[in-house]
Amino acid sequence: MASRAERTLVGEWWWTVDRAILVAIAVLMVAGLVFLMGGGPPVAERLGLSTFHFVSRQIVYLAPAVALMVAVSFLPPRYVRRAALLVYLGGLAMMIAALYIGPEVKGSRRWLTLAGITLQPSEFVKPAFVVLTAWLFAEGSRRRDVPGTFLAMLILPVTIVPLILQPDIGQTMLISIVWGCLFFTAGLHIFWVAGIGGIGLFGLFVAYELIPHVRDRISRFMDKEAGDTFQVDTALEAFAQGGWLGKGPGEGTVKRILPDAHTDFIFAVTAEEFGILVCIALVCLFGFIVLRGLYLAQRNEEPFCRLAVTGLVTLFGIQASINMMVNVHLIPAKGMTLPFISYGGSSLLSLALGMGFLIALTRKRPRAEILDRITPTRQPVKRSYGSRTAQDV
Amino acid sequence: MSNVPSIDAPYPYPGQLGPDTGADHGGRPSQVGRARQILLAILAFLSRFFHMRADKGVARIGLVGVFFSILFLLIIGRLVMLALAPDAQSEFHRAATAAIMAARPDIVDRNGVILATDVKTASVFAEPRNIIDKDEATELLTAVLPDLNATDLRNRLGTKRGFVWVKREVSPKQQAEVHRLGIPGVGFIPENKRVYPNGPIGAHILGFANVDHEGIAGIEKYLDSQGLQALSGLGFARSADDMKPIALSLDLRATHAVRDELVKGMAYYRAKAAAAAILDVNTGEIISLVSLPDFDPSNPVDAQDKDRINRINVGVYEMGSTFKALTVAMALDSGKANINSSYSTAGGMMRFGRQVIREYHGTGRTLTVPEVFVHSSNMGSIKMALSVGVEGHKAFLRKMGQLDRLRTELPESAEPLVPSRWGEINTATIAFGHGLAVAPIQALEAVGALVNGGYFIKPTFLKRSEADAKADAPRVIKPETSEAMRYIMRLNAERGSARKTDEASGGAYFIGGKTGTAEKVINGRYAKNKNFTTFMAIAPADKPKYIFLTIYDEPQATPESYGYTTAAWNSGVTTGKIIERVAPLLGLPPHTASLATAFPTMARQGAWGIR
Repeated sequence: MASRAERTLVGEWWWTVDRAILVAIAVLMVAGLVFLMGGGPPVAERLGLSTFHFVSRQIVYLAPAVALMVAVSFLPPRYVRRAALLVYLGGLAMMIAALYIGPEVKGSRRWLTLAGITLQPSEFVKPAFVVLTAWLFAEGSRRRDVPGTFLAMLILPVTIVPLILQPDIGQTMLISIVWGCLFFTAGLHIFWVAGIGGIGLFGLFVAYELIPHVRDRISRFMDKEAGDTFQVDTALEAFAQGGWLGKGPGEGTVKRILPDAHTDFIFAVTAEEFGILVCIALVCLFGFIVLRGLYLAQRNEEPFCRLAVTGLVTLFGIQASINMMVNVHLIPAKGMTLPFISYGGSSLLSLALGMGFLIALTRKRPRAEILDRITPTRQPVKRSYGSRTAQDV
Repeated sequence: MSNVPSIDAPYPYPGQLGPDTGADHGGRPSQVGRARQILLAILAFLSRFFHMRADKGVARIGLVGVFFSILFLLIIGRLVMLALAPDAQSEFHRAATAAIMAARPDIVDRNGVILATDVKTASVFAEPRNIIDKDEATELLTAVLPDLNATDLRNRLGTKRGFVWVKREVSPKQQAEVHRLGIPGVGFIPENKRVYPNGPIGAHILGFANVDHEGIAGIEKYLDSQGLQALSGLGFARSADDMKPIALSLDLRATHAVRDELVKGMAYYRAKAAAAAILDVNTGEIISLVSLPDFDPSNPVDAQDKDRINRINVGVYEMGSTFKALTVAMALDSGKANINSSYSTAGGMMRFGRQVIREYHGTGRTLTVPEVFVHSSNMGSIKMALSVGVEGHKAFLRKMGQLDRLRTELPESAEPLVPSRWGEINTATIAFGHGLAVAPIQALEAVGALVNGGYFIKPTFLKRSEADAKADAPRVIKPETSEAMRYIMRLNAERGSARKTDEASGGAYFIGGKTGTAEKVINGRYAKNKNFTTFMAIAPADKPKYIFLTIYDEPQATPESYGYTTAAWNSGVTTGKIIERVAPLLGLPPHTASLATAFPTMARQGAWGIR
């Protein structure tokens, strides 16, 4: 790799990024491809596609995803914010457009076809939303002249209303949880922590009462006998068949009848073919990325970076946890992909964006620069020397 | 963090601003000013709730970390739970390994002839979860295996279980046919099938193993109790070749001959049941054991019938006059009597309170010890027993193993029926074999000790050498007493009730013996016409090697028995025939001798009948 002696762009990047997380993500990507070779073929055959259709498509998506992640990770925090703002606005516009012009798939309008590429705009909104919210909270507590906290509270409904309209309860939940986590980390008074928890529960109750689909899912989870539990039963069967060591790659049989074996239920397929030990290793890998991210966030002295990293890691961790918990039947079925493992172009690009942000924000930076940024300056305009301040975003 | 300025520090709390603003109004606080002050204080209080405490961030990220740790541990815990759950795989493995691993050692007779062995077969199983069309599978399987119940099979395939048996132990042809059906989710497991090539011969000793290869009865169960199951559980006993064959004391050829004679005899005497056994008196080995009706251990559907018990080990019976041998031996060995002692039988009856005991073959004269035995005198026996006393009688019988349950290798055994209150009347009746019911094998054990020189040797069903047998065999009677017993038994064959046996055996083997006839107890009373007859023979009488025991349950009179159904006419005759057939097989040479040369001590003492 690049020598530390000469300060090239790449060299500086390599020595400042958190290589542990970088390696973990790379492992996850490769593992994802391997697992998809188990989960993809049965679905591809069901749909009459070539056996490794999903695998090759995933490889095709992986190249731009890696490029995007690396490129984004070069950005300094300021540009991260700008990029997030752009993506957020663009994504939001596309989400609203999808509500009107998007095709209806399985009862919801989440997709938008642009120049032959089908995209799920909500996927891209997620990381951008997290960065923006973190920024608003950070500004809100740093400066009194910017109504950061208020805007941070406003951005949630703006984001989730189109999601509810799609409807996409899974993403709504995810975004709400991450937002709550950001609010909590930003230093929300303990009084409101309880209050927001209550609101969250109330929201869940309202969803249960008003949206038949959600009600159905939850009642099915609560009562094993009620209704159709085919998906979950089959997933559990896959775990049972796999045992500790699995049946071996390609030997799975339950995956043939498991719906969404290549996306939402790839964890169960992994268990059947590679064994529960491999699944536990996978959980540990996710756990490592999350805890490492949180550790880096804790060490980061800059409020924005700290919040944004916490938010991005939470987004990543909650998404992975919900998917795995659905697979092992700890929570009711919920459409959620397993980061970097499940098939899906939009999901992959969105994760690449999010992880790119994460890597960019966890880069080691000279302490002076950080101090400079966080030391409050009452008259920043008057500062004549070249150092950048928080205001010239 | 410490040297980094707090984010909040430069900004005064709104609450701190309040008093300052108030102070700006000068020294005269107006009404409005006060109201404003209060309002500001309230706002300050409320704003505290809205204020973001960024300094809490580090701790709160730690909390988020704790939350995620719990979440991931929860998922890992659930995964471990799923892996440990008794799932189809392990269910399958358990059934399969149990079936494959269970192997049993060969069982051979004392000459090494196979009595029980393992044969490899295949069993058909199904994994219902992997069968796509269960109706079709049922239809195809029942077409090939017509003895299967279609409804039952369909129900079993309809379960959610990971493993069910379709049919155990199918023939190679059936296996090929099922294989040709090519039903996914149906497969074969190689299994060991237990085979007993000799049919019912030795069935009660062998017992049998079930389809899961577990010993259910007899020696098969004994093998399991000896750690065979533990061995196979550990994967050691995978095939019979890994294990040493178990050699029984049984002689297959002799047992075949015994069974043959017994089947004929049982038919001829129209008895309800019959049993016979041969005991090697010097080693305690059971050379032969037959109990009719019996069963085929290869197909033991009726083996658990009450009627098919092993009468030698499990039945308890009043042995009748056979027990007089014990009474005589006790009297002689205790020193209360010698071979020339005499007992009056005048009156032909004795009275114990309201009980009256009569002589069966009454002579009415005074009898010497050998005469008491030869004439099977009840009164003589009673007087001998009473001379020893109730306690002495009990102690002797306990020493001879008649009052305790005899446990051999066979799991089947029975507790003798001992009177709970044992008074003089009990000693009197037990002296001639009534009032105490024992398993025939116990009587064999005791009589064996009486004639083998006085060694009390526990019977065994496993091959054993004489040295091993005598190593821990206590001496229970004196050698002279033993010689006296042999003498009176031989005398009985020459002059007494065992004459018919001697005739039946061709008179060539110098046998001795004693009959025993007990009236059966029906509804608490002795039934006059329903007898339980036993005969015990020793051969050769001067130096016994074997005891032969034959039992008939309710034998009927035959044309040549003059209406008698006592032991001499049935058990005795059959014993003689058995001896005649078995002696050559057991290597028992024809042998005759005069009483005086065969029993020198008796000759010296001038015992009755020696000349």
